[in-house]
Amino acid sequence: MATGAAKGGQGTAAQGAPATRAGKSRSARRRAHMHPGTAEDPLADLVACPSCDAVFRAVEPAHGQRAVCTRCHHVLIAPRKDAGKQIIAIALSVLVLITAAAYFPFLSISTTGLKNSTSILEAALAFTGDGILALLSLALAAVIVFIPALRAGLSIYVMLPLVRDRPPLPHASRAFRLSEALRPWSMAEIFALGCAVALVKVAGLAHVSFGPAFWLFSGLVILVILQDALLCRYSVWKALER
Amino acid sequence: MGLVACRRCARVWPGSARRCGRCGHGLRSRDVMALQKVWALWVVGLICYIPANIYTMLETRTLVSSQTNTVIGGALELGHHGDWGVAMVILVASVGIPISKFIVIAMLAYGIRNRSFLSPERRQLMHELVEYIGRWSMIDVFVVAILSALVHLGALVSIQPGIAALFFAMSVIFTMLSAMCFDSRLIWDSMVDDLPPEIRPKSAHPQADRANKPEEGATA
Repeated sequence: MATGAAKGGQGTAAQGAPATRAGKSRSARRRAHMHPGTAEDPLADLVACPSCDAVFRAVEPAHGQRAVCTRCHHVLIAPRKDAGKQIIAIALSVLVLITAAAYFPFLSISTTGLKNSTSILEAALAFTGDGILALLSLALAAVIVFIPALRAGLSIYVMLPLVRDRPPLPHASRAFRLSEALRPWSMAEIFALGCAVALVKVAGLAHVSFGPAFWLFSGLVILVILQDALLCRYSVWKALER
Repeated sequence: MGLVACRRCARVWPGSARRCGRCGHGLRSRDVMALQKVWALWVVGLICYIPANIYTMLETRTLVSSQTNTVIGGALELGHHGDWGVAMVILVASVGIPISKFIVIAMLAYGIRNRSFLSPERRQLMHELVEYIGRWSMIDVFVVAILSALVHLGALVSIQPGIAALFFAMSVIFTMLSAMCFDSRLIWDSMVDDLPPEIRPKSAHPQADRANKPEEGATA
């Protein structure tokens, strides 16, 4: 890392965006105050940026405001009023919509008297026929239906006691950690765009009509995105720690 | 400063801690193997991407003919039918995004060990973009899944998935894993002058490096 050290040495003046420099000196000042091996308590109100490792003293912003890492601009804390209740409400509706959308017919096509309709689960399991492609089927069913549903279930499990000011349920932190780890693998919104592309491809071939599940799923996509936007991870972890 | 941070919940712990007491996530100041993992997954992703483009993605059987399409072939055919908008969506999602992803991850990983010409802010942004956009490459696999489930009209017309879909999905998954393994904190380590010895990469001997680097920088 001597390269880095050298670069940092010559670069401080060049990288002089005020925010960056402020962040560095602030965290440096904090560093000076700290002694390795102190009790755990003084560390409890520190927050380390997960993406650049700068350490800050956490000052919780007011509802609707955000605390941002001054070095890399990663959002650290973004509490919202009644976010917990809203997340539970959204998660419940996600669960209902997913179960409904998975079974209702999703799209149907017809041409010259022949007709076929498919549900989301059928689309996900389209590869089952031929041996090794079955693996892909399982993966698709997981990322479209099961992982979004599981994440909704987990967030209800974690948030419900927090909203009611009760102590967290057993293994709540494990549940929230799993839900966070699964976040990139929940691909409902990508599936929705895939539908649009598939529709255009088929449109020349046959007449396409939407089943009820198509509209359920469109609503679902919006809810899933909203759920992620509302969640302030820092506040949840802080609450789980109590 | 003798501290270690949890990447899952941002809690700070003394450097000796091995597991986060708040969320239970494993703690590690810097994963010395991280870059190797990134490169390994990157190579697997790249290898999978080749058959994904060579083999057939879709097989369309009609009464009179049977037609096979690769990823690019299918998109071009859509374009010839006049749907250039959709063709562009597919081309961007299944060719543009994966290839730029390979390039960006390689640049980021290379830039950690070597002098990078981009500022840390820029590289951080690139990493976030790659992590966010990478998932969207799956769209082509979803299209194949929807088409092959939907288009089953007896002997008249039916669409079958091809083996390329599997390779394509694997390529997307491995590059996603590769991007996740990349520890963006490594980008910022280069800005700190006094890295503690435990998070300094093994190979870096400050004296030797300091002596070598200027020449390398001059040639590059």
